[in-house]
Amino acid sequence: MSATPIKRSVQDATRTFARPRLGLDPLMLVAVFGLVAISVVAIGGSTRTLVRGAPDYYAHRQIAYAVVGTIVMLAISRFDYSRLREFKIGVYALMIAFNVLTLMLAAATRGARSWIALPFFRFQPSELGKVLLIIALAGFIVDRLRRLGERDTTARIMLLALGAAALVMVQPDLGSASVYVVCALTMLYIAGTSGRHIAGLLALFAVSLVLVLAVAPAAGVHVLKPYQVDRLTGFLHPSSNTNLTTYQLNQSKIAIGSGEKTGRGLARSTQTDLNFLPEHHTDFIFSVVGERWGFVGAAAVLSLYALLVWRTLRLLTMAKNLFGTLIAAGILAMLLYQLCVNVGMTIGIMPITGVTLPLMSYGGASYLTTFIALGLLQSIYAQARIAQGSKGRGLVLS
Amino acid sequence: MIDPEDRRAQSSPQLAMRVAILGGIAFAIFGIIFFRLWFLQVLSGDQYVAQASSNRVRTVVVQAPRGEMTDRNGNVLVENRSAVSVVVTPQRLPQDEAGRHALLRRLSWVLGRSTRPADCQFGSGDTATHRMLMPIECAVDQSVGALPYADVVVQPDASKAAYTYLSERAEQFPGVSTEDASLREYPYREVGAQLFGTVGQIDADQLRDPAFRGIRGGSIVGKGGLEGVYDHYLRGVDGEQRIQVNAQGQPTGKRLPETLARKGNDLKLSIDLRLEQAGQQALKTGEDLAHGLGNPANGGAFVALDPRDGEVLGMGSDPSFDPNIFAKGVSDRVYRQLNSTESNFPLFNRATQGTYAVGSTFKPVTSAAALSSGVWDVNRVYDDIGTWRSGDQVRRNAGGAVYGPVDLTQAIAKSVDTFFYNLGGLLNVPPEGHPNGGPLQEWARKFGFGRPTGVDLAPEADGTVPDPHHIRLLQDEQRACERRHGKANCNIAFLDDTWTIGDNASLAIGQGDFLASPLQLAVAYGAIENGGTVVRPHIGLAAIGPDERVIERFDSPPARRIDIPDLPVIQQGLRDSTLAGGTSADVFAGFGKEVFGKTGTAQITGKPDQSWYVAYVPDPVRPIVVACVIQNGGFGDQAAAPAVRQILSQWFYGHPGRVVAGSSTTT
Repeated sequence: MSATPIKRSVQDATRTFARPRLGLDPLMLVAVFGLVAISVVAIGGSTRTLVRGAPDYYAHRQIAYAVVGTIVMLAISRFDYSRLREFKIGVYALMIAFNVLTLMLAAATRGARSWIALPFFRFQPSELGKVLLIIALAGFIVDRLRRLGERDTTARIMLLALGAAALVMVQPDLGSASVYVVCALTMLYIAGTSGRHIAGLLALFAVSLVLVLAVAPAAGVHVLKPYQVDRLTGFLHPSSNTNLTTYQLNQSKIAIGSGEKTGRGLARSTQTDLNFLPEHHTDFIFSVVGERWGFVGAAAVLSLYALLVWRTLRLLTMAKNLFGTLIAAGILAMLLYQLCVNVGMTIGIMPITGVTLPLMSYGGASYLTTFIALGLLQSIYAQARIAQGSKGRGLVLS
Repeated sequence: MIDPEDRRAQSSPQLAMRVAILGGIAFAIFGIIFFRLWFLQVLSGDQYVAQASSNRVRTVVVQAPRGEMTDRNGNVLVENRSAVSVVVTPQRLPQDEAGRHALLRRLSWVLGRSTRPADCQFGSGDTATHRMLMPIECAVDQSVGALPYADVVVQPDASKAAYTYLSERAEQFPGVSTEDASLREYPYREVGAQLFGTVGQIDADQLRDPAFRGIRGGSIVGKGGLEGVYDHYLRGVDGEQRIQVNAQGQPTGKRLPETLARKGNDLKLSIDLRLEQAGQQALKTGEDLAHGLGNPANGGAFVALDPRDGEVLGMGSDPSFDPNIFAKGVSDRVYRQLNSTESNFPLFNRATQGTYAVGSTFKPVTSAAALSSGVWDVNRVYDDIGTWRSGDQVRRNAGGAVYGPVDLTQAIAKSVDTFFYNLGGLLNVPPEGHPNGGPLQEWARKFGFGRPTGVDLAPEADGTVPDPHHIRLLQDEQRACERRHGKANCNIAFLDDTWTIGDNASLAIGQGDFLASPLQLAVAYGAIENGGTVVRPHIGLAAIGPDERVIERFDSPPARRIDIPDLPVIQQGLRDSTLAGGTSADVFAGFGKEVFGKTGTAQITGKPDQSWYVAYVPDPVRPIVVACVIQNGGFGDQAAAPAVRQILSQWFYGHPGRVVAGSSTTT
């Protein structure tokens, strides 16, 4: 955030491009639609044989999700997000209700499923729940702003987040549960919770992780299912090529590594084409990009994410109120954490958690959630612009 | 509704600080990912390219067809038939025991094999362990135990239906694949079945053998017989097909460069198919004749040689079997059945591995020994009174015959036992100082008895030439046996026995402990025919490459030359034996060729006699020597001689001719 002349010109462009009332962050839109385009092309090329007779099935659906998502994003961006603060209890209750409903349906059909089948896509409450939880938590934190330094506040907020996370975790969706916790922590930190509380919470998580993964199994208590432990620790010993986890990790590394500098192209992407790469249109979409377009392609995708992260980070200081700052912080944590865990998994430095790559992975629920979040960000941006419009723009440019 | 608390200084220093730290964390995350990508894609990219390529390319070995075997006239005796074999790759089977068992069970159903657990033996000898397993499971586990990384052919010749079923459901049968294979086919079935040997996957012992260096585990190689001896020529060079496969191991249809399989060289044999067929039939004829006379003839063998160079023109053993069953893979049960008393061991090649007392057919050898050592001469006449005495031993002619004065020629022609007992007595040497016996043993060995002939058909029996040393060996065996099992269970030798003149007399008429194979006898008579050259019999003539080019001609130099004194006299005796007054005159009456022959009737205690006949025809263009034995077939003239007549008839006239039964009851 240094090159002031460029930034100024960007701001100028923004000003001429968007009228104050419709203000949308154009750079964020560039990042978003750039990622959507790459996603569609990557999915289109890697799923041609998955559905017999419909080579473009997944690509077409992904485009449809993107179109619906864009409409949702634009619609949300027109509303003042601040009004959501009134509905924080309702939002939280809705999130809990969705997740409980999923669990009940799963119990009724005797299947462990984290989604509800709807006509057009599988509705995944744990995905939508991420945004709902961020909104609700932002509201709760702002309410207790005066007592933010108290341990009681930190405990209450964390309990709200952990309660939701626990519901998601039993679905079982360990990945989304961890997203909930990370979002809550980040929001507390940005809101100004004492550093000791944050440090204490981090220490608590570290201890419980060791307990669950190492101490409890040694004592004969299995909190997590063996395959979950396997997935969480598999990346630490990649050479033990015996189980499915390390197999998937190795295949992903081979895919990305074999892309070399400029990629193998569509025709020679054998890791993807011949199905050595697992789940290549969902969890391992980044490996597809790495194999097909090489370091250049992977770097391009990362740059677009960096752009998105930068624009979101900027909203934290720009938002017209703390509620907006906290929502932006929660969404930033969600995006950055998912990026870190998903890409980290594909390159073998993070465990397998089933976390999708926002805007890249195939999936309606993931897309809808991300676009709702983006709509909120655009709303924060627009509201900030309006607020600044009344107060002068000097601050924005700082 | 907006809470006033939510209003704040928009860029408080604390917030800016926290946002900056959050930005720093984001920057660090991006930095780590970038460096990791750089490491994976730029620094170690080529290594992952190699891994990706080894992932997708599976090398499939294309089995090279083995060379064919033809007879001396180009008739195909052993050929190939293309088939589909079902192969299991043990490492790619499900790892869990239950899944693996279920898969092999389904595979058994598809292949129509039994799923009932049966005894499955691991290892051999004292360390063998047994488990109850399905036959296919047994085959896979046995192979894994012996050669852990080799593929296992569980069905060499799968049906079309099984092939279609498995190819369409490859993903349901991980670790199971189908391969094009070529199987051995034997169009003449039982004819010469014991000669060819079998083919099969290379076993652990062969893999260690330098002769098989460079051969990959799981390759098909020759085992036993001509397949084994000439494997180096018959075996082709396997090709490699490189196919692209997906993660499920299914071929994607994309073709990659491949190396073609090169067929092995054909092997031209010295065998004459027609003679071989006639010989096999003649054995049956001989047995039938013996049965007609009330003898329980149960098997036989013949060998026909070219006496000039030892080329085997025909060789057969009865009972025989259809080797085509081995091409398809033979079950343990069938294999045990083929190696049992009930089936009378059809796999056993009686012509080379069977050893028998040869009876009077040995007499020419005794004659040569007597003439050469000077204990007898051609003009000397022996006055037969029907018995021969030595000490308290008394031996008689067969049937109590009395021949009066006979010379050597007549003694051979009429097969006068007392004459040769006498020679045996004269040729005896004291056992002290002569552990290997005297001239008789020496001449027996010169003619090739008691040692392998060197035929290109392993294994081969040595036979036995009895001498004092031999008796001592048996007594050592008896002692060892008594130590282990007690006296009552060992009937090998008498410990107080010594070599006597009687032993030498028995040897003189091919009895006692003397044992020889039909092949050895044919070689010995070959030396009588050709003037003293002991040939090294051989069946392989040449390796024939593609486009009929001769790759290598297999020369077989004679084993040795011997100088037989007064050979024409011995030959005359053999000639006279097929003429009026000879022992086989009735069988060869009107044959139209000069047949030199000798009957043999070897007595075995408690059993009917072995019926022998050995003959040669010194034809200037097509000389031949034939030896034939009918086990427990009675007198030589009754069973073996008629069989030999048919074989000779086939050789000279192109048809076996009528059956001429003999009635001579001399030995």
